[in-house]
This record gives sequence, structure tokens and C-alpha cells, in this order.
Amino acid sequence: MADLVQRTAPYRAVLASRIRAQRSHRASFRLDLFGSLLVGLVELAEVWVVFSAVGSAGGIGGLDLSAIVLVFGLAELGYSLADLAFGHCDGLPIYLRSGTLDVFYLRPQPLLLQLVTSDISLRRLARASIGAVALVVGLTINDVTWSPSSVALLVLAAASGIATFAAMFVWAAGAQFYLIDGAEATNAFVYGGRYAATQPAAVWNRPLKAVFGFFFPMAFTAYLPVVTLLGLPGPEWMPGWLGWCAPLGALWAWVLALLTWRAGVRHYQGGGG
Amino acid sequence: MTDAIVETHDLGRDFRVRDGLRRRTVVAVDRLSVAITPGEAVGYIGANGAGKSTTIKMLAGILVPTRGSITTCGLRPVPDRRRLAHELGVVFGQRSQLWWDLPVRESFRILAAIHTLTPAAERSRTDELVDRLELAEFLGTPVRQLSLGQRMRAEVAAALLHSPRLVVLDEPTIGLDVLSKQRLREFLVAERHTHGTTLLLTTHDMGDVERLCDRILLVDRGSLVFDGTLAGLSRTVGAERIMVVDLAAPVGDLVDVPETRHLGSEGSGMRQRLAFDPEATTAALVLAAVSERAEVLDLAIEEPDVEEVVRRVYAARR
Repeated sequence: MADLVQRTAPYRAVLASRIRAQRSHRASFRLDLFGSLLVGLVELAEVWVVFSAVGSAGGIGGLDLSAIVLVFGLAELGYSLADLAFGHCDGLPIYLRSGTLDVFYLRPQPLLLQLVTSDISLRRLARASIGAVALVVGLTINDVTWSPSSVALLVLAAASGIATFAAMFVWAAGAQFYLIDGAEATNAFVYGGRYAATQPAAVWNRPLKAVFGFFFPMAFTAYLPVVTLLGLPGPEWMPGWLGWCAPLGALWAWVLALLTWRAGVRHYQGGGG
Repeated sequence: MTDAIVETHDLGRDFRVRDGLRRRTVVAVDRLSVAITPGEAVGYIGANGAGKSTTIKMLAGILVPTRGSITTCGLRPVPDRRRLAHELGVVFGQRSQLWWDLPVRESFRILAAIHTLTPAAERSRTDELVDRLELAEFLGTPVRQLSLGQRMRAEVAAALLHSPRLVVLDEPTIGLDVLSKQRLREFLVAERHTHGTTLLLTTHDMGDVERLCDRILLVDRGSLVFDGTLAGLSRTVGAERIMVVDLAAPVGDLVDVPETRHLGSEGSGMRQRLAFDPEATTAALVLAAVSERAEVLDLAIEEPDVEEVVRRVYAARR
């Protein structure tokens, strides 16, 4: 324990200074919080409008309004917490241009850990709270059979969701070593992925299912656990029990992220490392 | 030379660059073999694009060599990067190690935690650096509000906080005023004297080389073309100084002053420029010889800057 405290001291020192800096500019921090809250509300409203319009026709992709609120809450909570801790990673070109990455090389910690702990965005707490509220509402209005296994599924899904979205940011950072103006290309998958995560995968066509269902396991962050939790039949390729595999999705996302990161660093250094 | 602090053997680095649709290979560093002994102060000079920054990045473990080998502080920079970080301090003139929105003192505290200094070591080293670099007056100022001279001193302190054995400075005095340059040089001399620190610096400032370095490495297009002392370099290229004299009355061109070369006259001979080799004569002898011929009101001595020396070396090679 004492060892862990000592080994995390460098990272905690940086993070603490970032938190202090953000809190010292109170007016701008409040504005950031407010803006972040607004974005989250607009996204929730969009889901609401679409699903209430088709509510009478039996929902979209097998999900009705109350079920989609649950999907949205789970996805939004996972995404915004990942964004809070890892969101700055996909700004890697900024780190490259300002030379901050070269400075990381001069410090005795692993590069990726330094990058991840170099910043934190507390304003994402606003969106996380929207996600949390939507999740609680979703759990209340749906007919959830509460049991130890349903609680376990929910906890597993939430943790895996955070981990999967975090991996997406790390993957984006790794890919941006290769791509000029890489943020544009990776955004399609990071932010597109977040959007996909709040939708029922049942309506996707096969290529989309392959990309956001499995390659970037977005369906595993919210949709599939909800299908399992509510005992709904899964769509093609995705049986109802697949929600239990959310941790596998997260594991795969991290394998992909770390391989991409390692390849990116090697590309930057110009040779095997 | 197994005890060298930096040792390269046939070190080389290429970059593949896109040139329109084709790709071509640019050789940034080629067949570089040098050994630097602990405690030395080495000036690494050359024109822009000669491969200085690439070499520094390779010895810090940021870039992987294409050919040859390099050891820094007895370690292989890329695989042993994290251990090397304890032994090496780098000041990049263009990149900051400090947190721009935090006071200088705060940045030092974080860096001490990053380098896992003990509280006692942190205190004594911070005090020493604050004292020697005269940082006390702006310790509480956010980095973004510092002047360039202040920021550079803070950067040097940040890079040296963990008492590295080897300090690499990339253009440390660029853009600084005379007084700030002077302070920084005095600090580096003292640091080397007290702690036996090895210095490796790239610079375009002849003053840096003269006052700090006892050895010069000159690179041209990635290859080492000179390794020796400044006096030796001056001998090789004839690093002439130029004496500019303002005279009381117009006189004819002073072409007969011993050991000098008349470069030109202005104002019908009121101001004349004489080049001389400091190895062959002294400024005092030249002045005495000029005074015999005309009344001197004022004089200035121009020294060749690094660019000029480099240009002459390059010109001799082409």
C-alpha cells in the first residue's frame, strides 16, 4: 500500500495541480460546466424526440422509449467519465506540436501514463451527472427483475463501458502519430462511437455492426447489457446473453488501443523500440 | 573509453520525407563517432539542419538511431529511457518543461515528485538553484507572465532539479539580453565546478562557446568535421578579429600595419577596418601600431560569430 502511494506520487502531483488550476478560474469553470450540461441535455432530448415519435409503433430495433433511456444513461455515464480522465489523449497533435511529448521522454515514467495523467476535465462531471440521472430513471421506469445477477451485470457493464470508451481515446492518440490532422479521422470513430453506443444496434446494417458492434465494441457499452438486463431477444449476430461479455469487449478495446499506441510511438521514434 | 558519459559509434539517422508523390531519404546524422568524458563542457555547433537536434534526441532516447550505436551515461537511451531520465537533464530552448498556468515554485514541486526526490533533497536543491539562478523574486509568478530571461532561468532550474550528471542545453541563450546570458553562463560554470556536471550545448553564440566550452564538435550535413578546442578551430579557419578604429582626421588607408589586413575605409579614412589573427598579434599591438600613424578617438573589436566560423569551415570543405 505504502509502495502504491509512493509510486503514484508523480501522477498525483500533476493531477492535483490540474484540478487546482481548473478550480482557480471559477467563472470559466462554471461556464464550462454549464456548456457541458447543455450538450448532454440536447443529446438526451434528441433520443427522447425520436423515440417518443415512434413510440406507438413498438419502438425502434426492439427498444421502446423507456429502454432507450436506460441505454442512453449507461452509455453517457461511461463515455463522460472516460472523457473526464482520458479525453485529452486524442489531442495528441497538440502535445506533438508544443514539444510536450519530448518533455515526457525526459521523465522516468511510462509515456502513456504521463499522457493520461497530464490533464483531467472536471467539467465532464456535468455530462456524467446527466448520464447518472438517465440511468437511474431508466432503471426505475423499466421492468427490471432485481437479483444479485442483475446488479452484477449492471456494475460489470458500467465499469466495462468506462474502460471501453477510455480505450477509444488511447486508440485515437496512438493513431494520431501516423495521421496528419489525425483528430479529424479519429473523431469519426471516437465521437461516432459514442453516438452509436446510445443507439439500438439492431437497426444497424452489417458493415456498421461489424465496425461499432465488434471492432470498436460500442454495442457492448450499453445496448447489449440492457438487452440482457431486460431479457429482450438480441438482433442478428448478437444473442441476448451477449451483454455478459461487456468485459471482453473492454479487454479487446484495450488490446487494440495499446497495440495502436505502441505502433504509434515506434513510428514517432522511427524504428523498433 | 568505457567510462565515457556519451559515446557514439558510427551513429546515423535517416528521415524519410515525402517529396510530392515520391519519398526520399534525408540523412540527418551520418557516421558520428565521439566520446565525451565526464566533467567536460562541449559545444556542439553547426548550421541549422546540420543534425544537432537529431543527435540530442537520439542521446535522450526520443529517436531511434538508423545505424550505429550510442550510449548515454552508460545506458542505451531507448530501452533504458526511464533509468536514463534520472541521470540526464535537457533544456530545450523552444519547449517548456514548466506548467504555463502555475507559479514557478509549483512547477518545481511537481518536478520533484516526478523525479521522486526526497523532501530533504528537494529543499536543498531548490534552495541552491533559486539562489544561484536568482529566481527568488518571481518564484510565485505564473510561468506565462515571466520574461524570456526569467523563463529560461526557470527552465534551466527545472532541468537540473534532479541533479543530473549530464546536462544538454539546446540553444540556452537564444533571445536573451547580455545580462541574462552572462548570469546563465556564470551559473553553468559554477554548477560544473561544484557538481562535476558534464555539459553539452548547441549554440549560435560565440560567447557561449568561449566562456563555457573547452571542446568543440562541429557538424556539417550530419558529419563531424571538427573536434578540438576553440583555439584549434580558430587556427584551422583563421578566426580573425576585426578592429574598427575611428580617427581624429582623415588619413590614407592603413595598409602597412604589421600582421593585419586592411578591409576598408569610410568617411575618407575617418573610420577604418583592420582584420588580425589573435594567434599572430594582439589587439594592443595593433592599436599601438595604428596610434603611431594616426590619432585614435574610438575603437571596437568585432569577433567572428559561430555562423561566420561555421561558414568558413563549410566553405573550405566545398
